[in-house]
Amino acid sequence: MSTTTELSETTLLRFATAGSVDDGKSTLVGRLLHDSKSVLVDQLEAVERASASRGQDAPDLALLTDGLRAEREQGITIDVAYRYFATPRRRFILADTPGHVQYTRNMVTGASTAELTVILVDARNGVVEQTRRHAAIAALLRVPHVVLAVNKMDLVDYQESVFAAIAEEFTAYALELGVPEITAIPISALAGDNVVDPSANMDWYGGPTFLEHLETVPVTHDLSHCHARLPVQYVIRPQTAEHPDYRGYAGQIAAGSFRVGESVTVLPSGRVSRISGIDLLGEPVDVAWTTQSVTVLLEDDIDISRGDLLVPTKDAPATTQDIEATVCHVADAPLTVGHRVLLKHGTRTVKAIVKDIPSRLTLDDLSLHPHPGQLVANDIGRVKVRTAEPLPVDSYADSRRTGSFILIDPSDGTTLTAGMVGESFASPEPVKDEAEDDGWDF
Amino acid sequence: MTTTVAEVEEGTDSPYALSHLDALESEAVHIFREVAGEFERPVILFSGGKDSIVMLHLALKAFAPAAIPFSLLHVDTGHNFPEVLDYRDRTVAEHGLRLHVASVQDYIDRGVLKERPDGTRNPLQTLPLTEKIQSEKFDAVFGGGRRDEEKARAKERVFSLRDEFSQWDPRRQRPELWNLYNGRHAPGEHVRVFPLSNWTELDVWQYIAREGIELPEIYFAHEREVFARSGMWLTAGEWGGPKDGETVEKRLVRYRTVGDMSCTGAVDSDAVTLEQVITEIAASRLTERGATRADDKMSEAAMEDRKREGYF
Repeated sequence: MSTTTELSETTLLRFATAGSVDDGKSTLVGRLLHDSKSVLVDQLEAVERASASRGQDAPDLALLTDGLRAEREQGITIDVAYRYFATPRRRFILADTPGHVQYTRNMVTGASTAELTVILVDARNGVVEQTRRHAAIAALLRVPHVVLAVNKMDLVDYQESVFAAIAEEFTAYALELGVPEITAIPISALAGDNVVDPSANMDWYGGPTFLEHLETVPVTHDLSHCHARLPVQYVIRPQTAEHPDYRGYAGQIAAGSFRVGESVTVLPSGRVSRISGIDLLGEPVDVAWTTQSVTVLLEDDIDISRGDLLVPTKDAPATTQDIEATVCHVADAPLTVGHRVLLKHGTRTVKAIVKDIPSRLTLDDLSLHPHPGQLVANDIGRVKVRTAEPLPVDSYADSRRTGSFILIDPSDGTTLTAGMVGESFASPEPVKDEAEDDGWDF
Repeated sequence: MTTTVAEVEEGTDSPYALSHLDALESEAVHIFREVAGEFERPVILFSGGKDSIVMLHLALKAFAPAAIPFSLLHVDTGHNFPEVLDYRDRTVAEHGLRLHVASVQDYIDRGVLKERPDGTRNPLQTLPLTEKIQSEKFDAVFGGGRRDEEKARAKERVFSLRDEFSQWDPRRQRPELWNLYNGRHAPGEHVRVFPLSNWTELDVWQYIAREGIELPEIYFAHEREVFARSGMWLTAGEWGGPKDGETVEKRLVRYRTVGDMSCTGAVDSDAVTLEQVITEIAASRLTERGATRADDKMSEAAMEDRKREGYF
């Protein structure tokens, strides 16, 4: 029996969906879950019972994913839900996010951990405002892969020209935003065309089906372009007879790779040492890479604690107390200039103050509204923050993990704002920052 | 950077992609270490069931070669399987851990809780659990809950803030961005932490097989005296079954979940090895909870309602 090994060798893809209910998102998610055997008999029965008790003729598949009383009562998706399904080639974590603009924060939440975002478009309507918003958020969050699923192809007679026009318009727009990779797939979630099985109705389409693409898209990037970063989470000191001198720095590698023998610098102190060993959950290894949780041992006994960042000595970021970032405000109370907050970056939480809110982004046309005074829930804007201690931040464009932070209300612990350091959108040409902020570069 | 990295071919995974089990393991370890770094008094809920056994295994790995910086807490319904209690006590002794027990029977004996007409003690766990959290001043409580178990759990965060009454308010959850978990809480509040949020039942079994983790015997097929109630095979015993009209029979069964005897059903099975169990689950058309848990069938929102009150 080889089931165990076969299934264990698969990889994991985290992806997020975007698109309003009318675009057929629920149907697409339902079909993926159903066809991958992830909807089981008792779940379907529960949905059938609930639908019947509401007087509906057919089972309402949205009840599978709308898990809260309030969602079922109102028939809308309020919050991100996570779904799990698997094929023999790969396992999937789907962040199923609501599409309405007032739930932008939920899409940001879902996209923050996603390697791929699916943007659904109704073939009859083409690229609309909502599509552009979703593309903009995917670009802001630097989701590595974007899929444009042109749905309801059955309602436009499966015409290649309809698909081609939408794909072309979307691709041009998304490339301008800096979306690195776009795959457009013509589907009918309802009829099942190109979702799991290739469509007999669209023989002009030579690309992969939706599921094939999910199964084969590469999940880890070329590490040679990544700056290696290890935020220290916890210092492991057994102080036992067996391990009297063991002192290990535990953390999950945020980017790049580390190797035994490599010279490393501890930030923000700037102390230098050399890696004498790496333990991968109890096993010594020579090299470890993102996103492994490891424990690093150093040649010298230097002062390192939770919140410090280990980096290769030859590739250390500068530290700064002035951070400019694009943020998405996720709390109900507004964010204002002068707001005293806590900033969590990696494993370090420091005091900070909001110095300026230079602009707010209008997602519909990507125009900048200067000096809005405040950001309210779901707003995306530019923010300048001064921190009480220097932080080694990267540009979010270089590292989604060490370029991101959250702002926290110190009075009650509310998560206020999600932040991405540096330029908002990738651009074909490197943009020269007018302010010439010498603290760090990107 | 001198590390040479192979060019990634289009459509294939790079050699640096982690297997799905490695990715889930690494994420869970990260969560354990975040809690160790940010909280004063964390505790791991440990029932002797497979999810809490996997949690404990991950915690041991996260802090190796040092000991786990947490104690364990078991909510004993008084209707537990003897094999599971035995496993619990052996594990605690083997790793030199400290075990706290919150006992439902104590609450019944003291007259604080009343036995329900249907005999299930699962809903009665909430009060002993939440009072123990308060009296011991635990500020982070690890649970083995997985989002794939149930639709209300699918909405659960990895770090889930509970108020001083241990209540869950799904509309006031903190968005969880990247891997930046926010554990801030006021005195009296605590955070429920779910390191296995992103695992499925199959992941748990595959991980148990890969790591060679020992489980209580009742997870494997064995002959047992059971009787049918509400479409499930319940173990006969002093806890209150069978009643009149219910007949005991000997069947070859195993358990998919382990909880209170009064509401956890066995399934017909001849799977005696981990591989056979995995094959059986992969082919099953029923979810774990749908097949074997009476407590979730009470109403459409049974889990959400219990979670709001302080249940996991």
